[in-house]
Amino acid sequence: MTAEPRIDRSPSVSDEVRQTTCYMCACRCGINVHLKDGRVSYIEGNRAHPINKGVLCAKGASGIMQITAPSRLRTPLRRVGPRGSGAFEEISWEEALETAVGWLKPLRETAPEKLAFFTGRDQSQSLTGWWAQAFGTPNYAAHGGFCSVNMAAGGIYTIGGAFWEFGQPDWERTELFVLFGVAEDHDSNPIKIGIGKLKARGVRVISINPIRTGYSAVADDWYGITPGTDGLLILSLIHCLLQAGKVDLEYLARWTNAPFLVNGAEGAEQGLFLKNAESQPFVIDRHSGHPAPWDGRDVDPDLGAVWAGHRTVFQHMAEEYLKPDYAPEAVAERCGIPAARIRGLAAELARAAFERAFIHPQPWTDFRGNRHEGMQGRPVSFHAMRGISAHSNGFQTARALHLLQIVLGSVEAPGGYRLKPPYPKPVEAHPTPHFVATPGKPLTGPHLGYVRSPADLALREDGTPARIDKAFTWDAPLSAHGLMHMVIANAVAGDPYRIDTLFLYMANMAWNSSMNTAQVMQMLTAKDGDDYVIPRIIYSDAYASEMVAYADLILPDTTYLERHDCISLLDRPISEPDAAGDSIRWPVLDPDRDVRGFQTVLLDLGVRLGLPGMVTDDGQPRFRDYADYIVNHQRRPGVGPLMGFRGNGDETGRGAPNPDQLARYIENGSFHQAHVPAEAAFMKPWNAAYQDWAVALGLYDTPQSYLFNIWSEPLRRFQLAAEGHGDRQPPDHLRARLQVAMSPLPVWYPPMGEAPGYPVHALTQRPMDMYHSWGSQNAWLRQIRGRNFLYLPTAIWQAQGFAEGDYARVTSPTGEIVVPVAHMAALNPHTVWTWNAIGKRRGAWALSKDAPEAVEGFLLNHLISEVLPGEGRVSNSDPVTGQAAWFDQMVRIERVGPRAMAEPQFPVLPDPPRSGGGRGQGPSKKRAQNIQGFSDPAAEGRL
Amino acid sequence: MTCLPGKVDRKLGLVIDLDTCVGCQACVTACKGWNDQGYGVPLSDQDAYGAAPSGVFLNRVHSYQVTPDEGPAAIVNFPRSCLHCDNAPCVTVCPTGASYKRAEDGIVLVNEDACIGCGLCAWACPYGAREMDAAAGVMKKCTLCVDRIYNDNLPEEDRMPACVRTCPTGARHYGDLSDPDSAVSRLVADRCGYALMPEMETQPVNRYLPPRRKGAVEAGPLTPLVDVQATGFAGWLDRVLGKI
Repeated sequence: MTAEPRIDRSPSVSDEVRQTTCYMCACRCGINVHLKDGRVSYIEGNRAHPINKGVLCAKGASGIMQITAPSRLRTPLRRVGPRGSGAFEEISWEEALETAVGWLKPLRETAPEKLAFFTGRDQSQSLTGWWAQAFGTPNYAAHGGFCSVNMAAGGIYTIGGAFWEFGQPDWERTELFVLFGVAEDHDSNPIKIGIGKLKARGVRVISINPIRTGYSAVADDWYGITPGTDGLLILSLIHCLLQAGKVDLEYLARWTNAPFLVNGAEGAEQGLFLKNAESQPFVIDRHSGHPAPWDGRDVDPDLGAVWAGHRTVFQHMAEEYLKPDYAPEAVAERCGIPAARIRGLAAELARAAFERAFIHPQPWTDFRGNRHEGMQGRPVSFHAMRGISAHSNGFQTARALHLLQIVLGSVEAPGGYRLKPPYPKPVEAHPTPHFVATPGKPLTGPHLGYVRSPADLALREDGTPARIDKAFTWDAPLSAHGLMHMVIANAVAGDPYRIDTLFLYMANMAWNSSMNTAQVMQMLTAKDGDDYVIPRIIYSDAYASEMVAYADLILPDTTYLERHDCISLLDRPISEPDAAGDSIRWPVLDPDRDVRGFQTVLLDLGVRLGLPGMVTDDGQPRFRDYADYIVNHQRRPGVGPLMGFRGNGDETGRGAPNPDQLARYIENGSFHQAHVPAEAAFMKPWNAAYQDWAVALGLYDTPQSYLFNIWSEPLRRFQLAAEGHGDRQPPDHLRARLQVAMSPLPVWYPPMGEAPGYPVHALTQRPMDMYHSWGSQNAWLRQIRGRNFLYLPTAIWQAQGFAEGDYARVTSPTGEIVVPVAHMAALNPHTVWTWNAIGKRRGAWALSKDAPEAVEGFLLNHLISEVLPGEGRVSNSDPVTGQAAWFDQMVRIERVGPRAMAEPQFPVLPDPPRSGGGRGQGPSKKRAQNIQGFSDPAAEGRL
Repeated sequence: MTCLPGKVDRKLGLVIDLDTCVGCQACVTACKGWNDQGYGVPLSDQDAYGAAPSGVFLNRVHSYQVTPDEGPAAIVNFPRSCLHCDNAPCVTVCPTGASYKRAEDGIVLVNEDACIGCGLCAWACPYGAREMDAAAGVMKKCTLCVDRIYNDNLPEEDRMPACVRTCPTGARHYGDLSDPDSAVSRLVADRCGYALMPEMETQPVNRYLPPRRKGAVEAGPLTPLVDVQATGFAGWLDRVLGKI
């Protein structure tokens, strides 16, 4: 044997490491970007970062393929051919900005609502919203309406917080973790890290999901529920817990509105809380038997009180859910889960919450002034995301899941679900919507908010919608994130009105982000006489996405390593239950193209339009660029986009702008944390120490203690209107559905997408290794998952004699697609599904015309209508929040045998001017020989 | 043909927890990213934006469906890379000595200067763990990040394979499997870790931890406090509030 070769065990790793924030999804992990010879050589997770603690997902570690993708746009573009033809000319930034100003300035001076400004995967909504407010258009929102607003709104209206990334299980203490229908990017790495911690401790994980992939694959038990029935299952679990008395009565009495008295007298006040002379709800004290203030010290609220014939919320709740309608035997068939399994799950929940209960030895004082020697631990926790949310009953299902956590006493309890600052935050601490457009003036407040009653709806004096997306109308009264998915369809229908300019950022509305995509493409090119029905479209994106071809003016954005950003407490920060956190991005690379960060461009436009807040009194730019805004903008005196290193550098939360702030962030790994004191770590909504800490940090200006809303008075006010009470009345065609959907107690009703003749549920889920459309241009990620199949359950596969290589025709009331199929046994028998983010339009994303993503990849979107059948163009969305009901979709499946191409196909998109470059063949050390190593032998049906 | 070392001082390798791996592919691209700029030639990609993109990956994750006799079907996510076998057929088959097993730590490596790209090692490996680089014409495989684990230029806590460092669920463990007291050996002992395809007599160093048993726990349903149908809601209320 020859001697072993000598190898270099300590090669130089890189010339320099720059720490910034990932942008390959909404997770926003800290990354170490290694540079060699001025180029990015390697990207890894930042160990010190609170979100990812050093780990990184498949997307993050492939960022190097993202920043070198040939699909990067390189210069501003102006459309020169017909819209959709892809014919553009390259123009200068000055020309581009002046063109935009030429379109926007007259609108602001005459009819600001003629601008609709909507952003997609925007992580700067506190800036974009503020800009739209200054412009004065009511038509602004980000993409939450087609993402997961039900999760946000269902949570805020119930517990003053939400799942999403706004809280997390107490990973260290929980003894049972239950996941409902999780989408795997909210939030991605923290949940993986958490599941890893549970697995290491041997803690049981249960998944309730029609599809057993990903987190469901490692769950210790799996309930393959039928889509859209999660709410019914949850209420059945509550039924079982109530029946057995396994509910946390003390928690309900102290920390929820369970002891409030509900007005039982028929009339316009029925179902609202009884109020005292100060207009405050009150409780009955168990000792005195008399009314007492809800927030009074030493008051012992009586859950069983009856006062002047009015009963408590607790009694209404218990009586409702004890009904035989919610018995496991009554719901089993509908949910696709045997009754004994439902009873078994209820028993597991009760055992974890009550038999494994513990006292966390941390003294604390509640907002009433009562001192407690310890904190009651309830070690059962939950997480849920789009799977339960993207249904037309998703808002109430999210409410039901929070109610389940509440009756177990686990929200904010040690071992349970913990909120992250700035949450908890009650509805009352959020703004209401602002929507009155006045020529030449800003809006009087933020666009988006949380309505309390019909009086807050965004209706004009004649009762018509004020907003183009009809947010905050009777169609979707609590649409806290707007309805971006309705903007194009409404504008083309002129319902409620036409617009002039559609301004989009990072939103692929001509492809995967729209329902009914084929028709949306027609809408974007629809003409009225010589002009387009939507006369002008401005679009900003970093890449040659499908949407680019449909814009008239392209403002090319940078990649995520070439830009400034702030991940702000004013928006969606990176907090942990034990610390508020925010972070930045900064240009670790200089762009090699004529591109600009969109936020800087937006501020430039603001200056050219003279928007308030963006210009000084003498008309000069107030901010040099976005970086300057991040440091110097103040939303309230002393409170700006970043909390860290304020004043002279040692003030946190509140303090004067510090010119060195960004440098200090960069020194600190591009993030900052403010730690929650131990006494304030749990029971936050009611914990005086937490409230004082939050005020000191600037999260709000006065303590905001509140009770969880088992009974929702805002919902009841809308239900009263639907019953005919009050001046503001819904149209008759919406009355019946509002009466059901606006139930003040969580309720289940069948999803609205059900149609006779379409017996199969059709779902999508996002792979953990792809982010929306972006993955397709990533040379590494597309090798991992370059095709998607429609996965069929065994029953359908066998009944129709499907074989490998087959295609199926999938039909809905809206359309049909012909797509490749694969068999999957670990699947609900009435459900088919596919990965989203794979299918591409030919010619887009700098892929070759025969790329598998475009030839065999497909979208389900063509099957999904944006409106429901019937009167009034009612959105195919949750009737409470306007959340796009993607997962209501029902279809019919028919085998068509082998095919070579998915349908529908569309004309190949022309290639816009772009950067080129990208991943070529590696430097050849030797001439390649005609021998194949093992390429991927993954013909085993990789999922 | 090439000889294996008579004995190795240590057996460095991976322990992969199949009960925890969610199939997220993080290890796949962290490996690709590190090794694209690490030991040997880059991991080239061909037709990167075309109809049939293919490139070298030293670590891949596959998802398999399992349909047990009892209970519902399941998915097992299975990361696959070189197992650094004690009795490595890829080494003994190598005609040039390019493939070798290090006596110091048991890592199986390819000396690319000596590799003629004949591909015999890939055919000999029963695990499909080697991939030919089509641009460079040399065989690529997992190096256990030999350029990380001893690297003085990295912080000590980072001296581990890139796949282990990045794994979000902590399903990948790295250590010395010849030391019965090492954390990885204890994991293998506690969780019944197993070698892949022992019948091939390759004696892999890497171990897999099997998925834990899944399904319902043995426990009775909850006992109702009262028969609500018989007592009415008032009877239930009295009983439940009597508990306070």
